[in-house]
Amino acid sequence: MDAVPAHMRPERSFQGFILALQRFWADQGCVILQPYDMEMGAGTFHPATTLRALGPRPWKAAYVQPSRRPKDGRYGENPNRLQHYYQFQVIIKPSPPDLQELYLKSLAAIGIDSSLHDIRFVEDDWESPTLGAWGLGWECWCDGMEVSQFTYFQQVAGVECSPVAGELTYGLERLAMYVQGVDRVYDLNFNGREGAEKVTYGDVFLQAEQEYSRHNFEHSDAEMLFRQFSMAEEACQKYLDAGWKDGKREAHQMALPAFDQCIKASHAFNLLDARGVISVTERQSYIMRVRELAKACGEAWVHTEAGGAA
Amino acid sequence: MPDLLLELFSEEIPARMQAKAADDLRRMVTDRLVAEGLVYEGAKAFATPRRLALTVHGIPARQSDLKEERKGPRVGGPDAAVQGFLKATGLKSLDEAKIQHDPKKGDFYIALIEKPGRATLDVLADMLPVIIRTFPWPKSMRWGERSGRPGALSWVRPLHSIVATFGLETETPDVVKFSIDGIEAGQTTLGHRFMAPAAISVRRFEDYEAKLLDAKVVLDPQRRKDAILTDAKQLAFAQGFELVEDQVLLDEVSGLVEWPVVLMGSFDPEFLSIPGEVVRATIRNNQKCFVVSDPKTGKLTNKFILTANIEASDGGKAIIAGNERVIRARLSDAKFFYETDLKTKLEDRLPKFESIVFHEKLGTQGERIKRIERLAAEIAPLVGADVEKTKRAARLAKADLLTEVVGEFPELQGLMGKYYALAQGEDASVAAASEEHYKPQGPADRVPTDPVSVAVALADKIDTLVGFWAIDEKPTGSKDPYALRRAALGAIRLVLENNLRVEVVSLFDKHSESIDETSKRLAQTGGQEQGGAYVVAIAYAAVSWNGRQVRENSVELLSFFADRLKGQLRDQGARHDLVDAVFALGGQDDLLMVVRRVEALGKFLDTDDGKNLLAGIKRAANILRIEEKKDGKAYDGAPDAALYSLDEEKALAKAMDQVKVEAGAAVAKEDFAAAMSAMAKLRPAVDAFFEHVKVNDGDAKVRENRLKLLNEIRAATRAVADFSRIQD
Repeated sequence: MDAVPAHMRPERSFQGFILALQRFWADQGCVILQPYDMEMGAGTFHPATTLRALGPRPWKAAYVQPSRRPKDGRYGENPNRLQHYYQFQVIIKPSPPDLQELYLKSLAAIGIDSSLHDIRFVEDDWESPTLGAWGLGWECWCDGMEVSQFTYFQQVAGVECSPVAGELTYGLERLAMYVQGVDRVYDLNFNGREGAEKVTYGDVFLQAEQEYSRHNFEHSDAEMLFRQFSMAEEACQKYLDAGWKDGKREAHQMALPAFDQCIKASHAFNLLDARGVISVTERQSYIMRVRELAKACGEAWVHTEAGGAA
Repeated sequence: MPDLLLELFSEEIPARMQAKAADDLRRMVTDRLVAEGLVYEGAKAFATPRRLALTVHGIPARQSDLKEERKGPRVGGPDAAVQGFLKATGLKSLDEAKIQHDPKKGDFYIALIEKPGRATLDVLADMLPVIIRTFPWPKSMRWGERSGRPGALSWVRPLHSIVATFGLETETPDVVKFSIDGIEAGQTTLGHRFMAPAAISVRRFEDYEAKLLDAKVVLDPQRRKDAILTDAKQLAFAQGFELVEDQVLLDEVSGLVEWPVVLMGSFDPEFLSIPGEVVRATIRNNQKCFVVSDPKTGKLTNKFILTANIEASDGGKAIIAGNERVIRARLSDAKFFYETDLKTKLEDRLPKFESIVFHEKLGTQGERIKRIERLAAEIAPLVGADVEKTKRAARLAKADLLTEVVGEFPELQGLMGKYYALAQGEDASVAAASEEHYKPQGPADRVPTDPVSVAVALADKIDTLVGFWAIDEKPTGSKDPYALRRAALGAIRLVLENNLRVEVVSLFDKHSESIDETSKRLAQTGGQEQGGAYVVAIAYAAVSWNGRQVRENSVELLSFFADRLKGQLRDQGARHDLVDAVFALGGQDDLLMVVRRVEALGKFLDTDDGKNLLAGIKRAANILRIEEKKDGKAYDGAPDAALYSLDEEKALAKAMDQVKVEAGAAVAKEDFAAAMSAMAKLRPAVDAFFEHVKVNDGDAKVRENRLKLLNEIRAATRAVADFSRIQD
């Protein structure tokens, strides 16, 4: 923390907090990526996690991913529920033997002292039905608050992970609220300045939360979204079919563009779900449809160069 | 004799798996030792979040040598036999074999094979890796670089190190040498993750446990539980409060810490305006903390007790403050949910049930609620409940499933319904039914007594049973996904413990019509998969039962009830064959009367009169069976009084006439004890008959008449039960 100016200290500013995490993981040899340029429900959907977790090649990456959970919108009225928030995602393949220690050091880097706080690894098995993925791990607690998700991926997109990747997901707002000592997400100091120069999380996002809540629950164009879902589904399959080199199922050349369509379909589904236009029984079948796309993309990916195909 | 110390050190093991894992480890290792001929003196296993440990003491240092004699071919036998013998025994030539002399069969070869026992250290080195590889974790995983290779080790979470030592107390023990997936067994472990992270070298269990304690790890889960409980009680007591004890939570919490530090925090008393159960569920389920009550009022106070895993440098201030913040946020969510729920009347939630599928072949929750309401109204007069109140209770009983609080804490279903019903001014019985109608949930659960609750509870269970029977989703073997056995047992207890008089077959039959309506609706509006339900549900077979036409399903369901009843009575120490004897009469669906008959029968059979009469009836039945088989005809007509030649025949016939009348009258009055007393009067006549009368008389007509008389005994006693079903 030596040369960090006060406004960039993780306990003072949200952006400083993010940069501290990025710096820490950069020092561990991770590539620091920028957010994926598509709407998605969680950092796990980023191809740098979903696809890169597959295949034998080593991979270390860390990045912030804006995560959209249309159903979690509360019109800006709930102190900690948001329909758009940030996840900080770390993925390391194969999982290093000291991943827990690295995680604890990363907490120290953002100002959480493990001799003062009660840090615990509490069972939480992770499963994503839409991604056809599961893993074992924990939710990490700091003084009774869940601050991260820690998972050893066992299967992603229907493909066994070989070797296994370790995934860490930090809920940035929640952690920063803890470190800054505020109870309401909108009160987070974003830029670490005080007085007139201070910009809060609310200054940046409150209006967006209100507008998107209106959109997600009341006005989103369900008809269009249903069409978008189908179009993305069709396009995904089309790209997957076209991507097989020479029409043989040996090498694939378009796994990434196909996967983009899977991400699109998943987000359209999330919006439709928030809008309340999908019945309980239909819901299951939509989840299955996204999973089928994800699985087919995973299958294609392991036939690409980065996926480990010779 | 030497001892074994084994520790498997890993990343955090889920709390719920620890106790069973410790037990499995002990069982697997000791079973294997015994199978290897190594009988040990004692074994104990322990678990913490990061380790499974086992000590087995008093294991012999070696297996004993085995000596075996193997018989071979006769001396001078064919060469092939000799070669085979040499090969099988490992002897180099016949010179190494002994010759056994046998005067009768001639001399033959004997091989003496000596199998020296192995050193236990070596046996352990072979068996421990196998146990680790085959350990029965409910869920296990691969990790790290090796997870990409075939045959990678699978463990509950990454396994980091293994301690395995074997030796005498007085000596430096040996390390059991093995390695598994790159982990070499040794004698090094680690202490508490934060408070004593340095490596520790251990020799045997005694210093292992002591050194761990120095390194801030309490190995024994029971000691951790005791410490948490004592400290928690103490903390509460010191402030004049009382800990709300919670064994399940204690078990879990003790599996989340190696060094328990119990601390007390508080929350804003305004949250005590939420029902105590909600506060407790919030704090317990989400935060794994205990709640505290005020002994003066018996109500919760604004305190909670947390168990940290660390002695923090500030004495726990930051930990308490952090937990208080989380609990405040959780409670304000809960309060918000509760207050939001109160804004909507329960009946206004009902329309939403129309779009929630209960089961694809049994329609929506809305349809189910309507069916239950209709059936509950039928049952109400039978149980002395007000019909209108019962209907309202049935209509509202499940409405809380759509509330926010129940969405968050499903275990509060019913209870929240009661709170919300009371809050909107419902009658107390109507409100209570929301909670009570789920009862009894299991054999230990309380049975409701308020008539409104009883009617709704019974209707709820019968709807489930008749419904799943109609769509042919009956329990098979150990599979009972819809908990139909529990529902049937619940219905039985509701009837018996409330002394209800209901004819269950009639209820089943009547309720089947409601299920039919749903099926018809589904057939008209549903897709292909629902179409099938209609066919299944209406393709019922009608059977004649107790003189009337009922559905076959209803009769089948009755026999499902009979099986549950048998189990229930057997658990209470009654004879299940007596239940069979009563149901065998046919037409018995008044469960209370069935049980009364069984009770009276049981008492009667405990008396000498009962035992002898039973013997007589069985004897009559045996003779009849043999003779009927021999003659190929049934002797079931009325005997001809004119053919009676002996006094004993006449006396028996007279006694039976009298008993039939008396027992019949008693049964009509439901006085089964009196019916039994009447039946007891048959005994002297039956005994005398068998003593003096020869059934198989030379005169065919007399013989036939006497067989018919025997048949009458059975008929007469059927007023209470079919005695032929009773086992000796």
